[in-house]
Formats: sequence, structure tokens, C-alpha cells
Amino acid sequence: MSAPFRTPEGGRIDRSTTLEFTFDGQTHTGHPGDTLASALLAAGRHSIATSVKLGRPRGVAAAWAEDPGSLVQIEEPFPEPMLLATTVELYDGLVAHGLPGQGRLAEVPDSARYDAVHHHVDVLVVGAGPAGLVAALTAARAGARVALVDEQAEAGGALLGTDDVLDGAPAPEWVAAAVAELAAHPDVLHLQRTTAFGLYDDGFVLALERRTDHLGTAAPRNVSRQRVWRIRARRVVVAAGAHERPVVFADNDRPGIMLAGGARTFLHRYGVLPGREAVLFTTNDSAYDAALDLHRAGVRVQAVVDARPEGSPQRRQDCERAGIRVLSGAVVTGTQGVERVTHALVAPLAAGEVGASSAIGCDLLLVSGGWNPAVHLFSQARGRLRYDEALGAFLPAEELDGVAVAGSAAGVLDLAGCLADGRRVADAALAALGLAAGEQSALPAVEATPAGSAPMTLWRVPDGGDGSTSFVDLQRDATVADLARATGAGLRSMEHVKRYTTIGTAHDQGKTSGVLASGITAELLGVPVQATGTTTFRPPYTPVAFAALAGRDRGRLFDPERVTAVHDWHVAEGAVFEDVGQWKRPRYYPRPGEDMDAAVLRECAATRGGVGILDGSTLGKIDVQGPDAAEFLDRLYTNMISSLKVGSVRYGVMCGVDGMVIDDGTVLRLAEDRFLVLTTTGGAAKVLDWMEEWLQTEWPQLRVRLASVTEQWSTFPVVGPRSRDVVGAVFPDVDVSNEAFPFMTWRDTALGGVPVRLARISFSGELAYEVYVNSWYARAVWERLIEAGRPHGITPYGTETMHVLRAEKGYPIIGQDTDGTVTPHDLGMAWAVSKKKPDFIGKRSFARPANSDPLRKQLVGLLPVDRDTVLPEGSQIVELADGGQLPPPPVPMLGHVTSSYRSAELGRPFALALVKGGRSRIGETVHVPVDGTLVPVEVTGSVLVDPEGARRDG
Amino acid sequence: MADLLTRSHPLEPYLTALDALPDGLRVTAEPFVALAGLRVDPASGVQLRGAALPTTPNTWVPAGDGRLVWLGPDEWLVTSPGTAPEALEAEVAGVLRPVGGVAVDVSAQRIGLRISGPRARQVLAKGCAIDLHPRVFVPGSSAQTTLGQAGVVLLALDGRDDDAEFAVLVRSSFAGYLATWLLDACLEYADSAPTS
Amino acid sequence: MQLIECPWCGPREEVEFHYGGQAGVPYPEDPAALDDVQWAQYVFFRDNPKGRFEERWSHAAGCRRWFNAVRDTATYRFERVQRPDTTQAGTR
Repeated sequence: MSAPFRTPEGGRIDRSTTLEFTFDGQTHTGHPGDTLASALLAAGRHSIATSVKLGRPRGVAAAWAEDPGSLVQIEEPFPEPMLLATTVELYDGLVAHGLPGQGRLAEVPDSARYDAVHHHVDVLVVGAGPAGLVAALTAARAGARVALVDEQAEAGGALLGTDDVLDGAPAPEWVAAAVAELAAHPDVLHLQRTTAFGLYDDGFVLALERRTDHLGTAAPRNVSRQRVWRIRARRVVVAAGAHERPVVFADNDRPGIMLAGGARTFLHRYGVLPGREAVLFTTNDSAYDAALDLHRAGVRVQAVVDARPEGSPQRRQDCERAGIRVLSGAVVTGTQGVERVTHALVAPLAAGEVGASSAIGCDLLLVSGGWNPAVHLFSQARGRLRYDEALGAFLPAEELDGVAVAGSAAGVLDLAGCLADGRRVADAALAALGLAAGEQSALPAVEATPAGSAPMTLWRVPDGGDGSTSFVDLQRDATVADLARATGAGLRSMEHVKRYTTIGTAHDQGKTSGVLASGITAELLGVPVQATGTTTFRPPYTPVAFAALAGRDRGRLFDPERVTAVHDWHVAEGAVFEDVGQWKRPRYYPRPGEDMDAAVLRECAATRGGVGILDGSTLGKIDVQGPDAAEFLDRLYTNMISSLKVGSVRYGVMCGVDGMVIDDGTVLRLAEDRFLVLTTTGGAAKVLDWMEEWLQTEWPQLRVRLASVTEQWSTFPVVGPRSRDVVGAVFPDVDVSNEAFPFMTWRDTALGGVPVRLARISFSGELAYEVYVNSWYARAVWERLIEAGRPHGITPYGTETMHVLRAEKGYPIIGQDTDGTVTPHDLGMAWAVSKKKPDFIGKRSFARPANSDPLRKQLVGLLPVDRDTVLPEGSQIVELADGGQLPPPPVPMLGHVTSSYRSAELGRPFALALVKGGRSRIGETVHVPVDGTLVPVEVTGSVLVDPEGARRDG
Repeated sequence: MADLLTRSHPLEPYLTALDALPDGLRVTAEPFVALAGLRVDPASGVQLRGAALPTTPNTWVPAGDGRLVWLGPDEWLVTSPGTAPEALEAEVAGVLRPVGGVAVDVSAQRIGLRISGPRARQVLAKGCAIDLHPRVFVPGSSAQTTLGQAGVVLLALDGRDDDAEFAVLVRSSFAGYLATWLLDACLEYADSAPTS
Repeated sequence: MQLIECPWCGPREEVEFHYGGQAGVPYPEDPAALDDVQWAQYVFFRDNPKGRFEERWSHAAGCRRWFNAVRDTATYRFERVQRPDTTQAGTR
């Protein structure tokens, strides 16, 4: 395919290589260095898609991220919506089509990789244009740690789109020398294709580096496609440049209407003529360069339409020498054309009145309404902005600690000024850091900008109608008429106007439309622009994919998987795992053909009938030492710990100051001044933090030291009537008889010289021994227990069976059967609340009247009368009115089901529930709605198996 | 009766993959180092294994065949590759008890990784927010912070620009996560793409 | 991502810290001597000023020490942080 609008030479593209791509089903060619937009323009294609609401054709309207028009969907190599053709670097095999405002997410998982890197610098410079390059060089020469990030494929910024001369050579030569010098400094990080998209507290900047996007199908799969740089900078220099601003007029949205600077960039950087016959509409001098450059490149410039009454006498001469007609005091009032602009309608403007218009034929209408400094990052850092009358734009209004703005981002619009500003701002940053300037070379010499005429601020050309085709935000199809409706509806704040009109809410976040909206709104309201102000600039500066923000934290690395020392054994045995906090715990060990119900019934029966073994290593363990350890635990637990004898174990409950249960577990007294505290799996970190908090902040005088030993000790409950045989066989040195080793005691022994602790603790009601060993030896000890248990049919069981066994005994799981509003008394554990201790955490709250309300929810058992229904956990419990009907809505809720299982032991399903006044309802029948039917259930005590506790001693 | 029990290391399943990392980066598992946590008043002035407890936050010093690592104003970690876990606790407790301190065997609580090579700093920077610049995180520095999403104690061992060496202590249950994370973070240095 | 100065470890990212609410709310010496209103004040009520606020923080992912800070709740700026004086009762 030909590229008829490609210049014969020039541009920063590699003409020796041809890339083929497909747009809207048509094949085109381009070159490395092209963007999708420049390659399409080279082919003569301006129109990209139709607009989101009105279906009007829209095209490329700018050369970079400020473009409101050229939204595309990439199809190949990987589907990605909502990209700008002006920022998509061209690669071979690219397939894309234009998007009418909304894209389509990929339906297959993204196979690309994303990551993040932390980086620390003295000075971060955002933008590698003239100001940014000078700032980075200045800081680097002073020996500072520097990062320079720039969003384009190569450094140079605005210099890439002009024909400026620095030190007597074309700008790219100076840029190349600056880049080479930066590369020679070891403490300089220079990143191109990297957009600083957010500036946060304390010099924290997030920047997105597009590492392989431009490689297309050639992108190596082991390199992250995009990387988020998390940069911490002591000083940030924002040299992000400025966005040219259009002027609003009727039908200003047709393809072929483009910002003047953008057209100049397409010419100089990409070697593309954006048209054959151009009209320029401007309010300032800068756009004349575009007309003159295009003229020199062979474009017929039909007219320069300058809204200023006197125009620009100096630049008029330049044009006249080139034979270009200049109309001063004139404006473009409208356009003609459908898929492409064909005529500009031009009329005189005098004293605010627009005269009769005449049509000038053109296929390119260049527009310049002045420049908006890119103050986004400064504003994100909560920097205040002020409206500058002369520029017709918003500028930083204050100096921020640690954030400085340089160059055209600060409103300096000439090259010499930008270079000097970069040096000035860097010097100030170095001084603030206490760094000597070092050896600095002179700033490059540039041609002085010719004296010119002041710009005029013109937001819109009155269209004589309601403004309904005068577009402010092209992407949102929002017009002057919409702004008039907003102000007519009484809206005054730009934040409200933005949300009412949606102006500035598209992918470009109002880079061209935001200030226009402020200006036009001010006009409509008859107030100064300073009074309307801007909307808040928020990150991200340009769109960032969620995948990039997720980085490496996805798939298996989404959340750390914690595993016990025996994990691989469980995997080898085919365990199905359950997430418990970050832990992977075996849930059950299915045999061939078993589902969870079948496996759990088998595991439960085997344990209650013989012997089972559980990997309980995830239980939290805290070593508590010191002369005041017993006193400390007395203050934290509801029950008495100090009376516990060395060698013994006690179950304890911990409450918050509000008297609600926060955790439970067992406490082993290892010595007079040493305890091992067991917590729930989920409560381990919380309980240690809780203990440290009280110790450090409230009772620093207590001589107590805490240490987490959760991973130090692997813990294996060996459970069931045959557990004594198994434990006795593995540890023959221990007398495992009931008399020598009673319930709730512990004994130390050794295996092969390795210390092992055994404890008679039962979370199932069965005879059980917990085996504790240094986790280095955990796998070996586990395998010994399995081996010794084989003759007894030892059955490894998972958390599901553990839950059933404990629930049959009415043992609550904190956080499942409780929810932060449950006291020990509610759980039927008054026995675990000391009456002797003068105080403990939570005690005072028990005396509050609400805690003695007989209608508090209490933990009870539920037995479905049909002996078949497994009540869904979380089900509500209701009471039928007389006559067996539901009472009229709202139906009073008695409580809810907290745990529910099938019981092998009971031969029927059962549940635990929190029920209002539950213990007084034992024996009653209440109802649980399940799938639209009311299931009658009998309220029982919470202990359903072995209420006498006969089994714990075997 | 019982013959010796075999020890198993949480990183065993990852050693082959870690071994095969490309040039510029070496990740090795420190095998079975005894660790003891100790809490004592910093004013006690005790010496342990020939070294004074470092009182400058975020530092470590060599001590005996291992190290003494600052963990908090009254908290340290002592490491010893050549001592049995329970013996280390007993030894340290013997020194500390007279001055009101305590020692806890935490040998299996954490495992140690050694990360070295010209790319070591770069890889750590992918998941660690603290400044690892050779002039900042100098040998003898330590930090309790996060690497990826795992809490770690990071020690600077050798600060050479081109061949830095770090030790990373991580809770044993997170060892597999951290190894997976490191392998993932190093993937870009491999010559060819992985098959998965 | 704000930096918070741990009095021991120096500036670290805010995610390493745990917020502990208002400082200077000690556990009552004799809870049993308080009436329900007084006890509820201790359990449930805290100041919520706009501006300077004395707070407790813990360097949870680092040295795990609690410390006090004065912070401006409107700007999030920390005015100062201080180690608890171990000769007096803690940082409540």
C-alpha cells in the first residue's frame, strides 16, 4: 500500500524498514519510528472512528496523549481497548480498528508479564524536553542521584517536532549529546517510553514504563511488558511541557481539523504531510511556524486566519514573503465536509461581533488557541494554580516543598527560556539538597525568538446558534450547548459542571477540553476565569492498565501462600486444600471416587472410631517469658492462668475491652516464668500484636518478653481412641497412660536426640495427643507417626473433619461462630471467666446491663427434624406464629446458623447457631428458611457428642 | 531405638530452579542455621559470642560463627550455623538470665537465603521499598521490611557495586512464596522464554 | 505512599505501620470503680479533631515498636514522633 502523504525525506523514522499493519481491515505500511496515527496520516487517512453519542466522524486531532480523537482497539497481537493511535508505536503485524468511544476487554487471560521496581533518587526530572534535559544534566553533573523519565520513544520533547537549532546544529544532535552524557553518569537512570502518571506524598512518583509494547509480536515473553517504577525522590522537577489548546467553533470536530503544533510534529518527526491544502486559525504567534513549515514542505497554505485585530505584524511579513495570505481580525466560524473537512468558513471578528463568512477550501484546518502548561503533577501534589490572563492558562501559584516546575509546564514558552529555566530549577533543587553545583557547561546557544505580538485569549467563536455543534470535549460529544445547559441549571462549580456535562472524563481527562470548559463557563456566568478555576487533577495522567498496577502480584503470587513443613506430603497424598488466611491447609484427603462429604464422613468415623492425624502447625504459637509472665496472662485471659501448674495446660479465652471474644486457645506452662500460648490460625499475628500493644503501651513495667514461635514448632494432633497406641509406639520413653500423663498436661521427650513435646489436648473430645517438634524435623516425625499408625488404620484428616469433630462437641471457632458481638457467656463459657481475678481485659464490660440481657444471642445446637437437611451456614432462624404461619413482615429474626455439617457420629446433619435467648429455648422447634421452604429444627445444647466427656481419656 | 531424624528444608523443592538462575545472580539457601531471639535491656551491656549487642537500629555485627542482628531497641537475633538449636537457646539464656533477659529458640521460625551477584540489588529493588544504594545500605546494614509481600530481615553482607551480597531471613512458611517470587523476578534475565 | 518516621528505623513507607488511634487514653486504674457511662467513655469514645492530633502508631512490619506521634489530620503531615519514655507508663 502506498503512503502518498509521506514526505520524500526527513523525519525521525527508519525508511529502510517497512512495517505492515491493518486498520479497519485495510492493510497499510509504515516505518519504525511511526505511530499508528502518523502511518495512517501518511496513507491519507484522518478519520478514525465515529463519536460515542452522535456518531460523527472523528479523526486525529493532535500528535500525542492530548489527542481527544484517535481512540483505537488493538486486536493483534493481543486485544486491548482504548488506546490512542497517536501514542501507539507502530510494529509489524499490528491489527487495530477505530473505536466509537467504548472498547472491548480481551476475553482471554493476558499472557504478558507486568512488574514494578522501587527506585530512590535525589532529583527526579519528569520530561526530557529542553528544560528537563538541562535540569537532569545539571543535577547529574553535581553528582546527584538522578532519574529522568519521559513518555515518548525518544528524548527531546518539543524539539522532536520543530526545526530548532542548538549550538549551531539541529536539535536532535544536542539531544543525542545530552542523552549520551547522562548515560555516562553511573547514578543516573534515564527512561524513555515512561510516563510519570502520579505524584504522591513525600516525593513519591509512579511512572509507567512501556517496555515491550512497541515490539509487537517480537516482544520477549520473559520480559515484563510494562513496568511501574515506584520512584522516591527528594526533589521532583516537573518539566512536562505544555498542551496546545484549540478554539471552539461550529463543526470543529471534523477529521482534518488538527492542532497546529501537532501538524508540525507529524511533519518534522514522522515525515508526514497532514494535508495538501491548509488553513491555519490562530490566536497567537507560535502557530505561524506550523504554517510556514508546512508551506516549505509543499502544502498549499490557503490562509492564516488570526483572530487578533492587528494579527502579528512580524509574522505577517514572514507569511507574505512566502506568499501566504493572512487575514487578521478574522475567525473560523464553521466548517464543511463529512468524512473530512472540505472548507473552513471564515468571517471577520470586530468588537466581539462576527461578520458574514466565506468558505475557503482546505483538507486540513490547523487550530491554535494558545498553550496549557501541563500542571497535572504539580496539581496532584496539591499545588495551587492561578489563572494567568496573559497566557490564558493556569499556572502554578506557589512553590511546593520538594516539587518544582520548569519550562513550558511553568508557562515559559520560548526555547531559550526553557533551557534557562531547567538550569534555574535544578540549581535550586541542588541547593535545597545541599549539593554543590559541580562543573557545569554553558547552556546551548539558540536563535533568539523574534519579537512578537501578545496572544489573544479566545475560547470560542460564537456560532449564532445554540452551540450544539461547537464541541468542547470531542471524545464525550460535549458542546457549548451542554455547558450552557449546566450553567442554566444553576451549576457554578467546575467540579459540578464536569460531572453534569462529562467534559474531561474521557481517556484524555480533558487535556485539551478542561481549560476551554473553564473559560467558556466563566464567559457564560460572566465571572473571571480565576473564579471558575479548574477541576482537580487526579492520577493517572494517562490511562494505566490494571494489570500494570497489579504487577507481579497475580496468579500464584497474588497473595503469599503459607505452607507448613509437611505441605509436600499433603500434596503427594492428594489433599484438597483450603485457604485459611494466607495458609494452605489440607481440607480433606479424598480417596478415588469420593467427594468432600464422603471423605469427611470417612475421616470423622475413622478418627472417632480409631485414630486420625491432623497437621495443626498453622496454629499460632507465642513464647511468653519473664518473672511477670503469669500476671500478664492473667490480665489478658478471662480465666486464671497463674494458678496453672508447670507441666499443665489450660484452655483460655481472650476478650477485647468491650468484653467480646477475640481469640481462644490453650496455654502450656513450661516453667514458673515461661508459657507457650496457642492461638487460632487466623488470630496468630493479631494476638501477638495485641499482647505487644498492652505490654509496650500500658504495662511496660511488667517483666515479660514475647516471641512468635508459630513456624518454630510443628504441631500434629493424633486423635482418637487408638492415639495412645500410636504415640506410645513412636515415643516409648513416655508413659502415655492416663495416670502418668493425664488430660491437659504436657510432657517433654526426645526422638533420635531431637526434643519433642507431647500435650494431652483435645479439640474433638476424643483421646488425643498433640505432638510438637522443631519444624526442621517435622516431616520426619509426621512420617514416623503415620508409619506407627498404619497398623491402627491412622487416617490423615483435614480442616473440614476438624470442624465437624469440634462442632459435635460445641467448641466454637472464633470468627465463625462468633462475630465480635459475642461474650464468653454467650458461648456458654461462663466457666472460663474468672470470678476471683480483680480485673482482666473485658471484665468491666461484662457488668454492663446489655450483657445480662436474657435475650442475648447464645450458642446452641440445631438438629433438623427431617434428619436430612444440611442447613446453609448463614441461614436465618425464625419462629412461626400461632397457627404455624410466618408472622407478617418484617419477620423477626431469632439468629443465624454459624456452622453446619453432616455428622457421621450422629448419623444426621447438625448445626451450631447463635439464637436469641437460645439456652432457654432448648427443646423448642424453630424454623430455618432454606430454598423457599421452612425447615423445622430442634434447639439443643451445643454439645451433641459425648456430653459427659467420657471419651477424652480413651 | 530411634535412628536419627532427617531434617527437611522448606526450600528443597526450589533448589534446582534457583541453581539454574542466569548469570549475574546467585540465590542459595542457608542450610539449617540455629537462631535465637533475645530480648534484654540494651543497657545491660552483655557480650554474646565475643560481640557487644549492636545498639544502632538496623545494623548487624559478626558474632562467633554467626551474627547478631538488631531487631528492636531491646530485641536481637543471634545466628549460628554450627550450634544445635536448643543448645544455642540454652547458651544465650545462660548469658541473659542474670541480667533479666530471655532467649527463645527460633531456628525453624525463619530460613535464610543468600542473594548475590551484580543483579542482586536490582532484583531486590523489584520488591523492596527501602533504598538499597551501595552508599546507603552499606555492609553491616539490616532492615526489617517487606520483600514482595513477605516480611523479611534483609542484611547487607558485601557492598561491592558490581557484586553485592545480601542475606534474607524470612518466615519458613513464606519461604516457598519468596522463592517463587524471586524466580519470577529473575525470569527476565533468562536467555529464552519459559515454556509455561 | 507517605513516609512515616519510625523513631528507631527512620522513614519507612506508611504500609509498614499500624494506626493505634488517640494517644493518652490510659486503661483505667480501677475499671470496677467506673460507672457504665465512664466505662463506655473509655471503651468507645475518642476525639476526632481536624488538625493536630496526638496518636499512637506501631511500626508493625519493622521493629514492631509502638510510638507516639503528633499528626495533622487535615494535611496528614507528621509534626513529630517520639519514643515512649520507658520510665513512665507507656504510650496510651
